[in-house]
Amino acid sequence: MTLATATARTGKRTDHGAWFLVLPALIPILVLSVGPLLYGIALAFTDSQAGRTEPTEWIGTLNFRDLLHDTLFWESFRIGLLWAVGVTVPQFLLALGLALLLNQQLRMRWLARALAIIPWAMPEVVVGIMWRLVYNPDAGILNETVRDLGLGDGRDWLTGLATALPAVIAVGVWAGMPQTTVALLAGLQNTPHELHEAAALDGAGAWRRFRTVTWPAIRPIALAVTALNLIWNFNSFALVYVLTGGGPGGRTRLPMLFAYEEAFRYGQFGYAAAMGCVMVAVISVMLAVFLAGRLKGGDQ
Amino acid sequence: MAALGTGRSARAGQYVALLCYVVFLAFPFLWLISTAFKPARELASLHPTWIPENATLDNFRQAFDEQPLLQAAGNSLVAALAAALIAVVIATPMAYVMARNRNRLTAASTGWVVVSQAFPFVLVIIPLFLILKNLHLINTLFGLVMVYVVWSLPFALWMLVGYVRAVPLELEEAAAVDGAGRLRTLISVTAPLLAPGIVATALFAFITAWNEFFFALVLLKTPEKQTLPVVLTHFLGAEGVADLGPLAAAAFLATLPSLVVFAVIQKRITGGMLAGAVKS
Repeated sequence: MTLATATARTGKRTDHGAWFLVLPALIPILVLSVGPLLYGIALAFTDSQAGRTEPTEWIGTLNFRDLLHDTLFWESFRIGLLWAVGVTVPQFLLALGLALLLNQQLRMRWLARALAIIPWAMPEVVVGIMWRLVYNPDAGILNETVRDLGLGDGRDWLTGLATALPAVIAVGVWAGMPQTTVALLAGLQNTPHELHEAAALDGAGAWRRFRTVTWPAIRPIALAVTALNLIWNFNSFALVYVLTGGGPGGRTRLPMLFAYEEAFRYGQFGYAAAMGCVMVAVISVMLAVFLAGRLKGGDQ
Repeated sequence: MAALGTGRSARAGQYVALLCYVVFLAFPFLWLISTAFKPARELASLHPTWIPENATLDNFRQAFDEQPLLQAAGNSLVAALAAALIAVVIATPMAYVMARNRNRLTAASTGWVVVSQAFPFVLVIIPLFLILKNLHLINTLFGLVMVYVVWSLPFALWMLVGYVRAVPLELEEAAAVDGAGRLRTLISVTAPLLAPGIVATALFAFITAWNEFFFALVLLKTPEKQTLPVVLTHFLGAEGVADLGPLAAAAFLATLPSLVVFAVIQKRITGGMLAGAVKS
């Protein structure tokens, strides 16, 4: 607005000024982000490999056709979706509960707030290491608790075929809860108290007040946070890399871990880039579904 | 006031729930600390205890002996500081234009900020790896810093746009009426009001770079160049058999800087995020 009026006042000079302000950030973005992204898409149509002596060649859609038949990749994709939904949904419900509690006048809430910072500030690698210590079959606190409660000898959580994925999902839920809680709490704090009081006077119960007053107020933030969490979780790497390295037997091999191995262990750059493209396509679908849901919500 | 219920039993339920959350949030961290201070004998015990009977600093000593932790911390510090400084220096002017100007460029930038959150990094890292290799910047902190700057830009822009919008337009207009030019207005009126937001953004960019793992793992090959998170994974060993004590000690140390910085700026980050989210 001001720039528009300023432009009208000073003529062309301001426009050049604006470009001068934008370029220092725009050039690195184009060179190191947009450029590599397009380059990456192009690579997906080549046979680019690490340490190849002969020149890289265009091979059309061959990588994608190979991907179609790569059952390991589709298995990692299925695991990626399970992980993304498995983390995002419980995380949202727990974060909503915590946000509602932190919005009350409770005595311990400063402690919960302070603690909620920890998972957020920690390096993902440390979160992974920390939970490996918790899950450690002999020296970990989880098995000791299981033994104390008389529930058996405990188990090797991260290397058990059945327990590995649920175990890493639990860590994912823990690690991402703070951001979600803070976002929801902000939504709650923007809700006028008068509405709650009016609803309470009308005799509405807690659930009814939540449904008619609280939820409509935080719905936009809740949807945005959920969409972002789904995408971030689908793309996550460090946490599971440290916890299980993708094992046992590929049970926790997320798409990013698969593509990383393909590119930087086996040197298949073109093929890994094709995997990246498929992931982008899926994420675009997720975004589209989310936007559609949001538009529909706007009509109500 | 209460959204969950009002009766006395409802309140008791709320405290029980809050207690559960506190335990859930705290117990892994407390376990990390406990493990870091336990002597080897207690770590080998089949019935681990919460509180070490003979707390020791041996694990910390051993951690520094086993891996080049100081060097790694130095690398992390250099990379994170450089990335944070460069990021805010180039992001602040752009954020200013994005906040005050509505045209196709700013719309495209905002779109990019949103979309870039959705990239699978693998699609970007392969070409970056090839480009940096051709420039002989693989295994250099310089190459890593370049990547970190661009990688932290979306969120830095997001936060800064929020801070700029929080500066009342009237102040700038008043300066313009007094005959100050655009640049003059920017430096003497807007910048001082933005300073706290810029500092918060820089600190956030610092933490993100300090904690980053994927790019560092791919781009840094030799131990003397690697950053702290990458060096931490060396404690895990080839077969995942880890020396628990030193592992816990090193992990605990690596967290302290982020925890301290984060505790300082926590309110501002959430404030900046929300300003960006609510007003855009």
